[in-house]
Amino acid sequence: MRLSAHYIKTTASVAAIIGCLGIFAPFSANADEASDIAAGKKLAFDRKKGNCLACHQIEGGDLAGNIGPPLVAMKARFPNFDSLRAQIYDARVKNPNTIMIPFGPHAVLSNKEIELVAKFIQTL
Amino acid sequence: MNKIALVISAALMVATPLTSMATPDQDLKAFRKHFTDKFPKIPFSDFVNGVYAVDKASREQWEAFEEFPSYEPYIDKGKVLFDKKFANGKGFADCFPNYKKGIRQNYPYFDTAKDEIVTLEGSINKCLTDNGEEPYKLKKGKITYVGAYIAYLSRGKKFDIKVPNDLGAIKAYNRGKEHFYAKRGQLNMSCADCHYHYAGNHIRADVLSPALGHPTGFPVFRNKWSAKSASGDGMGTLHRRYGGCNKQVRAKPFKAQSDEYKALEYFETYMSNGLEVNGPSQRK
Ligand code: HEC
Ligand code: HEC
Repeated sequence: MRLSAHYIKTTASVAAIIGCLGIFAPFSANADEASDIAAGKKLAFDRKKGNCLACHQIEGGDLAGNIGPPLVAMKARFPNFDSLRAQIYDARVKNPNTIMIPFGPHAVLSNKEIELVAKFIQTL
Repeated sequence: MNKIALVISAALMVATPLTSMATPDQDLKAFRKHFTDKFPKIPFSDFVNGVYAVDKASREQWEAFEEFPSYEPYIDKGKVLFDKKFANGKGFADCFPNYKKGIRQNYPYFDTAKDEIVTLEGSINKCLTDNGEEPYKLKKGKITYVGAYIAYLSRGKKFDIKVPNDLGAIKAYNRGKEHFYAKRGQLNMSCADCHYHYAGNHIRADVLSPALGHPTGFPVFRNKWSAKSASGDGMGTLHRRYGGCNKQVRAKPFKAQSDEYKALEYFETYMSNGLEVNGPSQRK
């Protein structure tokens, strides 16, 4: 847990730059980016993988739960891609007693999968 | 209990956050208040109805089910088993002399002489084995029929679980309490996450029931269990249900009637004191 917090801090400035770039990214979105986002969506909706719909409303998903906040306007809430990824990797860093699954530390999703899910979530 | 064991268990209790501070009675008051504050419009007595107390949308369909309850034939089967004499000429009535007056509300209880929690299912099987009969399987089948009959005769009686002032009893209670609040499984969730903090919320399409009142309607007939059984028998014990909830978070379930689940039942039922027995019940 301490490690991730440290990771967030030290990468914050780098991430801020990436975040800014991200704002302009859609105009140059290439095929790879689009397929990453599609793969991320599939992982997020898959009951055996992210199953994010269990707790979050997400556009395009049915029968969503309401335990967590609806995932909307994500770029405004998480301008920084790395902090969005960190939230999905281990929500306990921000809220030690969270009900949200520690996807990374408990190996529910691999780092690569978390990256893809975060890319998708960022488009919401 | 010898001296060393005493010292160790006392040390364990001190090391346990939360638990060593509050007495069971203080816990109960706080627990009940959490739910009555969270659901101010729901009368206390309605918490016996599990998810249907808090989920208006599914309540109507459930009430329709309860008019012709699927558990009814199993109460009848339970009566037949209860009244049948064992090979030695005795029967369940010899083990449960007060069964007609209602006894379900006093289970589980702590037997200080034996230093263990006694559940209704445990007592049903002890009655069988004490009389030279084979014990029943623990999660479904005959144990739920006899349990359903006993619960049925106890309907309307209020749960009255005691935690005697005894080190073993307090340890058992705290063990159940810890299980309830502890994160477990690959998904890292506690019973409390789903049935205390987010009771009434939707997890996917399901609404989460409040833990207050969890045990009152057991054994239950679940449509889901019925669909899985060749005969359509959907009856199951509380411990069968606990196993299902452990599996949902990718945790290894404990055995029915294990010390772990008996302690969890002891805690959950103590928390439900004052609510009426309404078993058996119908669930989806
Ligand atoms: C079991 C419930 C649960 C699941 C499953 C879950 N979350 Fe969460 N999530 C929450 C809760 C509750 C919060 C609110 C913050 C907290 O309590 O930690 C949250 C917060 C978030 C946030 C921060 C929102 C904000 O604006 O602060 C993001 C982003 C998020 N979740 C993404 C995801 C993604 C992506 C998945 C699936 C890969 C997921 N969550 C799965 C319960 C869940
Ligand atoms: C991931 C969420 C989740 C967790 C964690 C969880 N449950 Fe459940 N539980 C459910 C759902 C969903 C149901 C079905 C709807 C309902 O009755 O709440 C359920 C049902 C139950 C029921 C049946 C209630 C009734 O009236 O029929 C009991 C009892 C129960 N859970 C106890 C527990 C206990 C004890 C634990 C911890 C060992 C636990 N649950 C952990 C989601 C969960």
